[in-house]
Amino acid sequence: MADGYNKPIPIPQPESDNYWEGTKAGELRLRHCDDCNQAYFYPRNICPECGNNNTSWIVASGNAKIHTFAIVHRPPHPGFMDDIPYVPAIVELEEGPKMATQIVNVEADPSKISIDMAVKVVFESITDEISLPKFEPA
Amino acid sequence: MPVMDKLKAISGSIAIVGVAESDNIGRVPDKGPMELHAEAGRNALADAGIDKSEVDGVFTAGYSTYDIAEYLGITPHFTDSTSVGGSSFVIHIAHAMAAIAAGYCEVALITHGESGRSNRARAGGNPGLAGAQYEAPYGIMGAPIGYSLAANRYMHQYGEDRTREAMANIAVSTRKWANMNEKAYFYDTPMSFDEYHDSRWVSWPFHLPDCCLVTDAGAAIVITSAERAKSTKKGGVNVLGVAEGHDHSVLHQMPDLTRTWGRHTGPQALEMAGLTHDDLDLAMIYDSFTYTVLATLESLGFCGPGEGPDFVADQRTAPGGDFPLNTSGGGLSYTHPGMYGIFTVVEAVRQLRGETGQRQLDTCKLAMAHGTGGTLSSTGTVILARD
Repeated sequence: MADGYNKPIPIPQPESDNYWEGTKAGELRLRHCDDCNQAYFYPRNICPECGNNNTSWIVASGNAKIHTFAIVHRPPHPGFMDDIPYVPAIVELEEGPKMATQIVNVEADPSKISIDMAVKVVFESITDEISLPKFEPA
Repeated sequence: MPVMDKLKAISGSIAIVGVAESDNIGRVPDKGPMELHAEAGRNALADAGIDKSEVDGVFTAGYSTYDIAEYLGITPHFTDSTSVGGSSFVIHIAHAMAAIAAGYCEVALITHGESGRSNRARAGGNPGLAGAQYEAPYGIMGAPIGYSLAANRYMHQYGEDRTREAMANIAVSTRKWANMNEKAYFYDTPMSFDEYHDSRWVSWPFHLPDCCLVTDAGAAIVITSAERAKSTKKGGVNVLGVAEGHDHSVLHQMPDLTRTWGRHTGPQALEMAGLTHDDLDLAMIYDSFTYTVLATLESLGFCGPGEGPDFVADQRTAPGGDFPLNTSGGGLSYTHPGMYGIFTVVEAVRQLRGETGQRQLDTCKLAMAHGTGGTLSSTGTVILARD
C-alpha cells in the first residue's frame, strides 16, 4: 500500500467484487451479455441493453484507444494536489465499452496526447485490496 | 414516448406569476441555504401578490421538499423533490403543469437555495454509485473536469481552433450582458478576448472564464393556472411547452459527448407550443461552461451538429446581436450557486415582462429557458410567452 494515499478509494460492492479482485490480479474483467453477445461497462449483473441476466465475465485484452482526455491544472480534491497536471480520460476498449481512467507515463501536454491514440492497461496498486486500471501509450 | 396530443391539450394551461432571487446573491456568508430558499420564496410570492397560505404544491431539488416546506411553514397537498441537478427547477415547471392540470394543487412554489461559495463542504458520495467507484478514483470529480473531457471530444470532431473561438465568443458575449445587470457578480468587470485567451487553465481545454461562477444564491418561482393568473398582481407568463429527461448519470456512460438530451427536449417543447426556433425572441440556456452552451444550442436544434461555432460567431449572442442569449449574464458572469437552472427562468420571465432595464430586449414575447444537470446528464426545457 502506498503510504499516505489520500485520493478517493473505490469500495467494492456486490456487483463489483469480481472486477476489483481482477484488477488486483492484473486482469481487466468485463461483464458480458451472453444474449446480446456484447461486453459492457460498468459491472452490473443485469445487462443494461436487453435487461436479461444471462451474463458472464470475460477478461479484456487491455488494448484501447483514447476517446477523450483533459489536462487538469486545478485539483478537484486535496489528494490530487501533487499530481497536477494529470490526464483524466475516457478510453474505448477493444471489446467495445468505454471506461473512465487516467492516461499515465506520458507528458501532460495536449501536443503529446491525442484522441484515438492507442493505449494499453497498466495496474496501479493503491491499497492492499485495490488496484486501479490506468492506461499508457501502447 | 410523450403523447403530443395530450401535451398540446394542456399547453398554456398554467402561468408563471412570480419570480425572485433571494435578497442578496453572490457572496452571502451570513445566510445558509435554507434561508436563501425562504427569502426567494417570500420574494416570489410577493412578486405574485399571493399569500403563502395559498401555496398547496411545493417543489425543490437538493433538499427534500419536507425539509423546505417545514422551514417555510407550508403544508402542501402536492410534493415533488425531483433532483436531477441544475435542470431540476425547470423540470419542476413541467411537473407543476401536470399537477395543476390534474387537480392536485392550484398554487405551486418552486424554491432553490445554495451556499455554493461560502459552504464548500462536500457530502460523501454513495459508494455504491458508479461515479464513486469508476470516476472519482481517477480525479474525475466536479463539473469542470467532466465537461472539459466532453469539450475535447467536440474539438476533435469539429476542429480545435473554431471550437476555441466559439467558447471565447460565448464567454465574452455573456460577460457583456452581465455588465448590464447590477445583480451580476461581474457587473463591474468587463472581459476582452485577449483576457479570455490569456487566462489560466482550470482543466484543459477550459480556461477559467470557460467555467461558471461559484456563488451563494436562491431563487423561486410561483405558478398557478392561466385562468387564475389573470387576477394576480403582474398577470401571468404562460407556459406553452415543457420537456424533460436524461440519458446518463456518469460521464463515461454518455452516449455521445457532443449531444445532450436537449436533442429531445428542445423539439418536444417547441412542438407542444406550436412554435419553431425562429419564433423565439430570447434563449436562456444553462451555461455551466462555455461548452455547455455550444453543445446545447446544437442539441436543441438551433443549428446542426458542429455548426455551433458559426452560429455564435462575431458576437451574435451579445447585446445588439441578432440572437440574444443569456441576457442576465448567465452562470458564467451573473450567478451560479451550484444548480443554476431556475435562474434561466427568472430572467426569461423578467424579459417577457419588460422589467430588465438597460438590458431589456426591444421585442420579447416568446422565450426558451433550458436547464442542464449533472455532467451534461439531464435537461429540462420550457417555452414561455407573454401575450
